[in-house]
Amino acid sequence: MDGHDRGAKVVARLLRDAGFEVIYTGLYQTPEAIVATALQEDADAIGISVLSAAHRHLFGETARLMREQGLGDVVLFGGGIIPPSDIRLLEQMGVERVFLPGASGPDIVAFLEEAVARTRRSDGQA
Amino acid sequence: MGAKRRFRNSSGIDIQEVYTAADLDGFDYRRELGFPGEMPYTRGPYPTMYRARPWTIRMFSGFGSAADTNKRYHYLLEQGQTGLSVAFHLPTLLGYDSDHPRARGEVGKCGAAIDSLADMETLLDGIPLDKVSTSMTINATAIVALCLYVAVAEKQGVSPDKLRGTVQNDILKEYIAQKEWAFPIQPSLRIVVDMFEWCASNMPEWNTISVSGYHIREAGATALQELAFTLIDGLTYVEEGVKRGLKVDEFAPRISFFWDLHNDFFEEIAKLRAARRIWAREMVKRYHPNDERSYTLRAHMQTAGVTLTAQQPLNNIARTALQALAGVLGGGQSMHTNSFDETYALPEEQAVTVALRTQQILQAETGLTNTIDPFAGSYYVEKVTNQLEEGFYAYLERIEGMGGMVAAIEAGFPQMEIADAASSYQSLIDSGEQIVVGVNGYQTPEDDPGIPILEIDDRLEQEQVARLAELRERRGKGYLRALESVRKAAFGGANLVPPILEAVHAYATAGEIMDTLRDVFGEYRDPGYF
Repeated sequence: MDGHDRGAKVVARLLRDAGFEVIYTGLYQTPEAIVATALQEDADAIGISVLSAAHRHLFGETARLMREQGLGDVVLFGGGIIPPSDIRLLEQMGVERVFLPGASGPDIVAFLEEAVARTRRSDGQA
Repeated sequence: MGAKRRFRNSSGIDIQEVYTAADLDGFDYRRELGFPGEMPYTRGPYPTMYRARPWTIRMFSGFGSAADTNKRYHYLLEQGQTGLSVAFHLPTLLGYDSDHPRARGEVGKCGAAIDSLADMETLLDGIPLDKVSTSMTINATAIVALCLYVAVAEKQGVSPDKLRGTVQNDILKEYIAQKEWAFPIQPSLRIVVDMFEWCASNMPEWNTISVSGYHIREAGATALQELAFTLIDGLTYVEEGVKRGLKVDEFAPRISFFWDLHNDFFEEIAKLRAARRIWAREMVKRYHPNDERSYTLRAHMQTAGVTLTAQQPLNNIARTALQALAGVLGGGQSMHTNSFDETYALPEEQAVTVALRTQQILQAETGLTNTIDPFAGSYYVEKVTNQLEEGFYAYLERIEGMGGMVAAIEAGFPQMEIADAASSYQSLIDSGEQIVVGVNGYQTPEDDPGIPILEIDDRLEQEQVARLAELRERRGKGYLRALESVRKAAFGGANLVPPILEAVHAYATAGEIMDTLRDVFGEYRDPGYF
């Protein structure tokens, strides 16, 4: 339900400029819709930005649906307004990395390059 | 860290080493400045400004249940804030009830959970609405919030004409920046004008809109873009009112504005001054109002949330204080100061108290309220004020060339300008040209911010859902007839305020009213530009 998309858009552009194919879903996606899009687009990664403090529910539900639909290997990451005390919890739910305010563009790009390469290797892809 | 090579402000204006009288060649005091409270209002909207009455300390606030928030309102009023400001949670902002599937995980997290008149009564319990002015930050669902407020007041025995306050109700900036919309543009503008029209006859002390730059700035705009898009939005709303057949003096006096207070100190002061001058000149030129209040720009201000850091959060106290100082020197009418913990969660009591005290220190200890517009005549400030005004006119020409702001929004123009500016700013940080203390400079290793963080209990959602179920059970069927009147008015074009007021009195929920409107108007789709 969060309309604040500055972070999502800046990260989408950073990743696009770094050579990733980015599908920006736009606002107001439900976990179901996000996972359906990822399945449809054969995405290597899903990134979610949450500034509304609903991160535990949204990441948790997304991770659960990903596992349910066989997307357990897809990299789930994100950021927003998230208290550091919740990061451990999110990681346990299946979020690979949480970027807090102040994260640098190069760090995000580097993380995703490494994470996707690792997933592809374990999948036996080139 | 290398030395800064380029000296410029957020708007891209190059800043000179030193400014002199030569930079203001041809400057005419009466034409460019005037006195406070007279054309062109550069120095302030009122003749006496803070000498007679300081700006209102109005802290934006809301979290959890209506009862939780009511407690915080009493605390803030006891601690000396002079106006209320309501933050609603996302479901209410978007027009959904707390038991809607989309509301899962969101209930009470970003603001107070308000589903019905019952919640609104709890929210404002013990607060005399004939004595306290209230600002409500809500846009897509603003008409429902206004009616809820009027209904609570009526139950207190206070008639609408006594109510003072503001409803943000600025839907254009939602499409541009904040993205908390419901309906497509045209029906949304119709609702805004319905509120102008109804309040003109029924709520003369109420600000029907707070045309906002804050959200535009927070989304990544420069100061110039904030200034230009906001004022052009304002002119668009005036034109909509006039197209409806309203006389400008019937509704323009109750248009108010809302600025961000960002980091470039002098640019912000100049922005507030330029805004007043531009608004006065444009309103006079276009509409020739008889009532000077129709062209006097009054503004609320908020320190820039986007500039706060999660790293070393206590530093945010300094940031907020400096930004607030710029606001005072810029001459705004009311102010919210951010709390230092807001990069983690909604404000904890200790943090919001510091933010409140910051304004009280500015009012009581600094001597700032002794004189008006002290930077008038500064070569630098007057020059930047002029340059921002020139930049405004360049944007006005572009946007009018596209067919106006609505056409520009449909073409994605302001949205892309903002996305470009946001990306550019991130590049400046990533390259180190812009240092953010604690983030890419002056870092200290820390895993834990070491500050208390407000937690909204997940059980709140179940409790709110239970309250809603109980309300639906006991309210009777009158709300259905009321919703039918809302539907008829929406379809037929009659003013929507009276039927919505009736609906809230019958305990129709916000979600039910908005669903009724969605059925008639449809929903706006995010074009997804990035």
